[in-house]
Amino acid sequence: MIIYGVALLSACLVAGMLIGEGLGIILGVEANVGGVGIAMLFLVLACNSDRFSTLTEGAAGSGVKFWSAMYIPIVVAMAAQQNVAAAIDGGVLAITAGVAAVAVSFALVPALSKIGTGQDPAADKEEGAP
Amino acid sequence: MMELLETVFVRNNLVVAFAVVGVTIWLSYLLANKLTAGRIHGSAIAIAVGLLAAWYGGVATGGNRGVADFALLSGIGLMGGGMMRDFAIVATAFGAQLSELKKAGLAGVISIFAGVIVSFIVGAAVAVAFGYTDPTEVTTIGAGAVTYIVGPVTGEAIGASDAMITLSVAAGLVKSILVMIGTPLVARFIGLNNPQSAMVFGGLMGTTSGVAAGLAATDPKLVPYGAMTATFYTGVGCLLGPSILFFIVDGMF
Repeated sequence: MIIYGVALLSACLVAGMLIGEGLGIILGVEANVGGVGIAMLFLVLACNSDRFSTLTEGAAGSGVKFWSAMYIPIVVAMAAQQNVAAAIDGGVLAITAGVAAVAVSFALVPALSKIGTGQDPAADKEEGAP
Repeated sequence: MMELLETVFVRNNLVVAFAVVGVTIWLSYLLANKLTAGRIHGSAIAIAVGLLAAWYGGVATGGNRGVADFALLSGIGLMGGGMMRDFAIVATAFGAQLSELKKAGLAGVISIFAGVIVSFIVGAAVAVAFGYTDPTEVTTIGAGAVTYIVGPVTGEAIGASDAMITLSVAAGLVKSILVMIGTPLVARFIGLNNPQSAMVFGGLMGTTSGVAAGLAATDPKLVPYGAMTATFYTGVGCLLGPSILFFIVDGMF
């Protein structure tokens, strides 16, 4: 049943949001502390647990996959309802932040690739990486 | 005639939004393939078109919700609102196998966290350099430099203004497009020619569409390795942005 998967997804989001909201109150900040991330964690755990297999396999899984595939269309709708007119003054800031983040991240690739080389051959053997 | 159209469109606003977004995406993918030979992913063009339309909507209506302020397109506001957005983001975590993380190895996992934190610091530093000192604003821009989705999720969670949230989407979009175009150009210089470095690359960049398109233009064989780590990036970003990273920024200002 497709609704089982959709219900699981909804339950994960609601639980994550409740915890995020609760954390905000406990920590005394007016924020939902990591709610979406916590919800994703729940869904990953559910997918990787046999106990939830009736909610994640077959038709139930398609219920979640549908919403996963709707991610980009929803992001496009999100972009279309932004307050761009008010933000246009900060355009240079947005471009600078994006460019700088990419430049620094590119530069880190060689360094981090080196860190792993000692570790990885062994991991490759036991896991048989594709 | 106009009244009839308006009645039907307004009454079925969410359904209209699905159709409009569908056509937009179809056109964007067409443009991506014809004009850029797939070098820029259709999704990035579609998001850019969305931002452009939002700008027009804001100027034309004087409202602050982009095209959603046009009565005929009010469903866009529902479809792209916080609730649907969070629902769809969480759904993208479906099918992520924890065993994949093990395959990515230590370097892969480190690269995910390093990628989120470094992009955040760079974005936040740029915001400070531009004279922003409000911790909510600095955090939102930093989160936008992580991805165009971590930005609005973080911004909304900590109560940022809609202008700042928009800037964070724009910063993330710039990042995504730059990764698409820049990856094949810099691949040689950063040693991006094997699965190991592709996984590190995916973890550091994180923008899934950027990583997929960038690696495809470099060497299609590397795409699954980069995607493996990039999948976890947005989740880590949504977890760290409106929590630890916000608290650190909040403590500094």
